[in-house]
Amino acid sequence: MKSMIAMAVGVMSVAGSFAAYAADEVNIYSYRQSFLIDPVVEKFEKDTGINVNVVFAKKGLAERLKREGKLTKADLVLTTDISRLMELKDKGLVAAVDSSVIESNVPANLRDPEDQWFALTTRVRNVYASKDRFGNKAISYEDLANPEFKGKICTRSGKHPYTVALVSSMIAHHGEAETKEWLTKVKENLARKPQGNDRGQIKAIAAGQCDVSLGNSYYFGKMVSDPKQKPAADNVHILFPNQDNRGAHINVSGMALTKYAPNKAAAIKLMEYLTGDLAQGIYAQVNMEYPVKVGVKKSDLVASWGDFKADNLAMSDIAKYRPTALKLLDQVKFDL
Amino acid sequence: MIVLNKKWPAFSWLLSFLLFLPLLAIIWQSFGDDGNVFAELWQSVLPDYMLNTLLVVVSVGALSMFIGVPIAWLVAMCQFPMRKFFVWGMLLPLAMPSYVVAFVYTDLLEYAGPIQSGLRELFGWKTAQDYSFFDVRTWFGASVMLALVLYPYVYLLARTAFLEQSQSLTQSARLLGANAWQSFWRISLPLARPAIAVAVALVAMESLADFAVVNYFAVPTLTTAVYDTWLGYGSLAAAARLSALMLAVLFVLIALERVGRAKQRHYQRSDSREPVIRHQLTGAKKWLASSLCLVVFMAGFGVPFISLINMAIDYFDVSWNQEFLDYSINSLLLAVTVSLVCLFIAIILGYFKRLSSSKYADIAPKLASTGYALPGTVLAIGVIIPLTLFDHSINEFFDSLGMAGPGLLLSGTVFAIAAGYTVRFCAIAIGSVESSFNKISPSIDMVTLTLGRSPLGMLFKVHLPLIKKGCFAALLLVFIESMKELPAALLLRPFNYETLATYVYQFVSDEQLEHGALAAIVIVLVGLIPLIFLNRSLEQQQ
Repeated sequence: MKSMIAMAVGVMSVAGSFAAYAADEVNIYSYRQSFLIDPVVEKFEKDTGINVNVVFAKKGLAERLKREGKLTKADLVLTTDISRLMELKDKGLVAAVDSSVIESNVPANLRDPEDQWFALTTRVRNVYASKDRFGNKAISYEDLANPEFKGKICTRSGKHPYTVALVSSMIAHHGEAETKEWLTKVKENLARKPQGNDRGQIKAIAAGQCDVSLGNSYYFGKMVSDPKQKPAADNVHILFPNQDNRGAHINVSGMALTKYAPNKAAAIKLMEYLTGDLAQGIYAQVNMEYPVKVGVKKSDLVASWGDFKADNLAMSDIAKYRPTALKLLDQVKFDL
Repeated sequence: MIVLNKKWPAFSWLLSFLLFLPLLAIIWQSFGDDGNVFAELWQSVLPDYMLNTLLVVVSVGALSMFIGVPIAWLVAMCQFPMRKFFVWGMLLPLAMPSYVVAFVYTDLLEYAGPIQSGLRELFGWKTAQDYSFFDVRTWFGASVMLALVLYPYVYLLARTAFLEQSQSLTQSARLLGANAWQSFWRISLPLARPAIAVAVALVAMESLADFAVVNYFAVPTLTTAVYDTWLGYGSLAAAARLSALMLAVLFVLIALERVGRAKQRHYQRSDSREPVIRHQLTGAKKWLASSLCLVVFMAGFGVPFISLINMAIDYFDVSWNQEFLDYSINSLLLAVTVSLVCLFIAIILGYFKRLSSSKYADIAPKLASTGYALPGTVLAIGVIIPLTLFDHSINEFFDSLGMAGPGLLLSGTVFAIAAGYTVRFCAIAIGSVESSFNKISPSIDMVTLTLGRSPLGMLFKVHLPLIKKGCFAALLLVFIESMKELPAALLLRPFNYETLATYVYQFVSDEQLEHGALAAIVIVLVGLIPLIFLNRSLEQQQ
């Protein structure tokens, strides 16, 4: 028996040392779909010779990272929402990165004050509006509570991270009580109970079920670029709300280095790469998002929507009010 | 009967305990501090969610039964046009992932979808006020959708039960002047009741754990609340508490059925060489039978499959991927391994329950079956907790010897996915095998043992041949479920590892199933292989 244990120990330590001396690689836990990051990753692999390995999941990666603790193989986490980034930081799962390259590429309001996370792209929570029945007019999120929109609003589930983030920003600006009233009135204005995805809202407006809806900028862009979905999108204007006051609500996709990253140097190299001109350009062209690096060109389509004023609320505030936002959405039974 | 030596019960309890570990981990989590989230939910939406859950679970169970049982009986016991095709055709909806079916139907039937748009065009309607069309996004719509993909459980287990029934009973009934309807109602149905109950319980568990379909149909249920509390409020404790609540719902359902069945026991002597003499349906009846099967087939399989093919053709250039073969092999290997492991466990536990003299032996298979009712991602967390604990202790052991540890051995490997699947799908195999075991009269055991066979010999020479059909059904069901499984694979997988389902999901989650349609078709086609193969085994020897 003793000799068996000794043998097992021997085999394992050999296996362990092999892993330690493997070729340069970076391991990513990604909340973003693999096919969206593939173009950038492939370019990086080609340019540097570093292998990139990915696990994509929409839920639970933070918990997996936490349980794996210091044994984790993950170096980098990619997210699609500020709340996930803050969750990683709050749980103590990520480490600060001191890189002058990243610092010069990512504007200060789009990265953690302690450099524990960095935004890679921004996306706007737009208002989609019917060309025929609403037109290209100024609108604000607050307007959606007005009686003129009775039976004219469509939206996806209130529990979707993008909606929750918008409600958080409303709380940050107007306080809890006023936001609750706003939510109640918006709910009364809904043409149908919250359902479908962002593209579904555009289709509903095109079909005449409602006049306005909320949706992310890049979904509109992707529908316009898809010949089969373009006809629906052509009935719809993409509007930037609150241009007369605080600006349109934005959210970010971002990245963070794990606390126990086994390939720290290679991971930071990738992080720097992702904020660079090339990767930022690919994000902009392929995914129709707004690059964070100043001076990187937007896609022609996105540029054609014009410049806009963005709400400069601190990203951390959006995450801070998240539980309150969820509570309000539950209290007004937004989805029911 | 005390015939088993000590190893068998010990092994059975060990297996059950291991399969129960993930749930135990979740229950353990539920004792953590939940920041009052649970209490606040009670004040707001939880009662509504519970009502929705109850409505969905009960109606999916009922609908699957009303679809599955009559069709199973028609196919097993009657002769009508196209019967041979329907024998396996009625199983096909099982190969269709429910999130695909949900996507296709909500797309087809919603206001902006082709059906309502077509109607508006045809009749010149302008707005929603001009006509009334049922709203598909309701609890009832979601229930119909789930029933369409889950009824095959009832169909398969009920048909197996009908085929395993002793033909002499139905033949006697006919000699005594019973018509087809009477022999169904008075002989076949009561005899098949335990199998039907098992199948309906499985369907109920699956719909309890479902997230994809209710989410598409905008029907918040307890599963929605589990994800809200965990990912939104950031409270795993509250989510774990909700999961525990869901299990309580499940146990109530199962207990109700037990009470209803009380102490009925039916044993039958079935001889596989007996030919099944089917009722020859005539006239309108035979066409009615064919149309019923055809309608269910088209709704559960035909329509979504045709939609998938349409999407795949439209988007062929973006959806073809050279790595399909790798993904298919990953999916296949996992599904084959897991279905064999689950069958093995089911036989061990089923035989233990049958031969053990302990009154607690009933509990072992129940413990092992609980994983099926947990929402997939929560179950995955339940699997990660013990696996990482194991990995950490190994590494600490190495540390204590002053050596470098091996790192993660079990978590984040294919083993973790296989473990997750086994915990999740064991219930199906256990249910299927158990209902076959239950049909064998204990007198057979007594005779065999009296004649000097060892318990192991009896299992191989007597029981296994008798429960063969139940075993095939178990393999088939677990295989197909594993091909489709998503949340556990997504979260538990190693780096760069894709199954067909995880590949499809990334497109579904980016609102473009169209681009993953081709892979979804491959899932269905690969699922068909064992379906046809095993189904042949089920049909043979009649």
